[in-house]
Amino acid sequence: MSLASTMAVSLQGISGNIVTVEVDIADGIPSYTLLGLPDTALSESKDRIRASLVNCGETWPHRKVTVSLSPAWLPKSGSSFDLAICVALVSAISPLPAQRLEGLLFLGELALDGGLRSVRGVLPSLIAAYESGVTTAVVPLANAQEAALMTGMEIIALPHLRDVLHWLRTGERNIALEIDLQWQENSALLDFSDVAGQPQARMAAEIAATGGHHLLLIGPPGAGKTMIAERIPTIMPALRLSQALEVTSVHSIAGSLTDRSPLSLVAPIVAPHHTATRVAMVGGGAHAIKPGACSLAHHGVLFIDEAPECGNGVLDSLRQPLESGTITIARNSGNLTLPARFLLVLAANPCPCGKFSGRGLACTCTSIQVRRYLGKISGPLLDRIDLRVHVDPVGRVDMARSDLGESSSAIRERVISAREVAAVRFAGLAWQLNSQIPTRALRTTFQLEKNAMNFLHDELDKERITARGLHKISRVAWTLADLSGHDRPNLCDVEQAYQLREGGHR
Amino acid sequence: MPTEAKKTKKSNNRITGAFGEEIIENFLTKRGYEILEKNWRIREGEIDIVALAPNGVFTFVEVKTRRTLAFGHPLEAINNEKAHRLQRLALAWLATHKCFGCEYQIDGAAVLIAEDSTHTIEYRANLL
Repeated sequence: MSLASTMAVSLQGISGNIVTVEVDIADGIPSYTLLGLPDTALSESKDRIRASLVNCGETWPHRKVTVSLSPAWLPKSGSSFDLAICVALVSAISPLPAQRLEGLLFLGELALDGGLRSVRGVLPSLIAAYESGVTTAVVPLANAQEAALMTGMEIIALPHLRDVLHWLRTGERNIALEIDLQWQENSALLDFSDVAGQPQARMAAEIAATGGHHLLLIGPPGAGKTMIAERIPTIMPALRLSQALEVTSVHSIAGSLTDRSPLSLVAPIVAPHHTATRVAMVGGGAHAIKPGACSLAHHGVLFIDEAPECGNGVLDSLRQPLESGTITIARNSGNLTLPARFLLVLAANPCPCGKFSGRGLACTCTSIQVRRYLGKISGPLLDRIDLRVHVDPVGRVDMARSDLGESSSAIRERVISAREVAAVRFAGLAWQLNSQIPTRALRTTFQLEKNAMNFLHDELDKERITARGLHKISRVAWTLADLSGHDRPNLCDVEQAYQLREGGHR
Repeated sequence: MPTEAKKTKKSNNRITGAFGEEIIENFLTKRGYEILEKNWRIREGEIDIVALAPNGVFTFVEVKTRRTLAFGHPLEAINNEKAHRLQRLALAWLATHKCFGCEYQIDGAAVLIAEDSTHTIEYRANLL
């Protein structure tokens, strides 16, 4: 037999297609042809495969080798096809036991000595394969943890091509791998008890984590804005398994699983520098589209420090994902939709010099500069931010106190129980968080108490808030009601929500 | 000195090549081929062996002989460009002998000579 085939996966974003790798060996001048729109990294597979086969003591066929990756019209990229091509090639030279090769998926890049190197996107590849009925997959040992998340499939994680071929020929595996599916709480180093004082900002963070309301922190340098923002994931509830799979998938295709454990249930936090470009923020790229910061922050926190310093349009590019929870990137290689449902946390100084707070005596900026500075966060974006909080410099009283503030775990318990209340209320509905209640539902099923509604209508009449503002305040009021145990938001909740939303204006 | 060493090397290779061609000639004759021409040379290059197959197809054979596999498989030395030159040469031979429209094919033969002078033949029909 001089014809053999195996299976691999080609990824587009976090969705994938099964690719059949066929190898034909014919008589003719020794040559190697790779068909099926490979990119450069994939075209280079020839030399990796040849070296690794020879170095594993296998023979290289000095014949006319044709490798076809079908569907042929689908552009394929990356080095994860190496192992699938290599096994098909070996099988075409001398057939491997068919019953073991059937329905088997191969993922992995080959080192020149035959070692299997880790590849990106293992989890989304396995999910795609699982959905098309594949039950067993061979992956590099280095990707074993990530692959183990795919509990519906048998995962064979091996370190070397020699082990793969040995297993295929004899059914024996030298390495029996036991992976502990232990959910790691790896961000335990950060805790809210580190933050001194700042009761209002702490409360705002708690509300944001509970209801998924976006947050703007305004304050002078050194007041603790960054500290607070970085600790928001520690008070968010653990991700559900389905959410963790999505998060790990996105991080896997971005290749950023090195600093995040694939098994982590902690909400991710992504903090791009304010010089980030629009593409870095929303994702993109010329031939292989990579997820941007807003997708990496899926089910977690997107924290942008010094938000007014961001380039023109960078913050505004977040408006679409803020609305829809997804980001659609269009390039000439095709359209791609990635998930991007994140909690946006912005931090800003009150003015260019940063000292316009309190009485603002040390501030050297002109009044126009001060006014323009926060104006750089555009109106439409600001409108989507429900909580705007001033973080004042920490006073001597707060610093001198030796007892620490409330710890993250205590806050998280309140967040979880408040979310449970909301989950019961929203059972059977399309949304889970208060920030996601549609306007329709706010006006019918989820109305506020009568006097609270009257208060908001008065404010509306006085043109102090807009109709959209009214709805936003109502949503925050629901979160406040959940946290304080009210069945329905009362006047107190609404007034507080109003304060939190309009507090950013001076 | 260097020139002399080079000369010896070159003539060594020529001897190896001629030895390989002789082996293939015997190989073909045994299989009923009629050897028409050897080392047919024009400006553009050389055809090692021209033979008439038992089924009447003109067969042009490129023979590659090696004493070691250190520089790769013998037939790997035939790249695309060389393969096309072989085709042009074959057509030139056919034209010279007024055999227009004849059926022809180009074969490759690899001869590997071991240290104890035993050899292995790998014959590939229809390279193009």
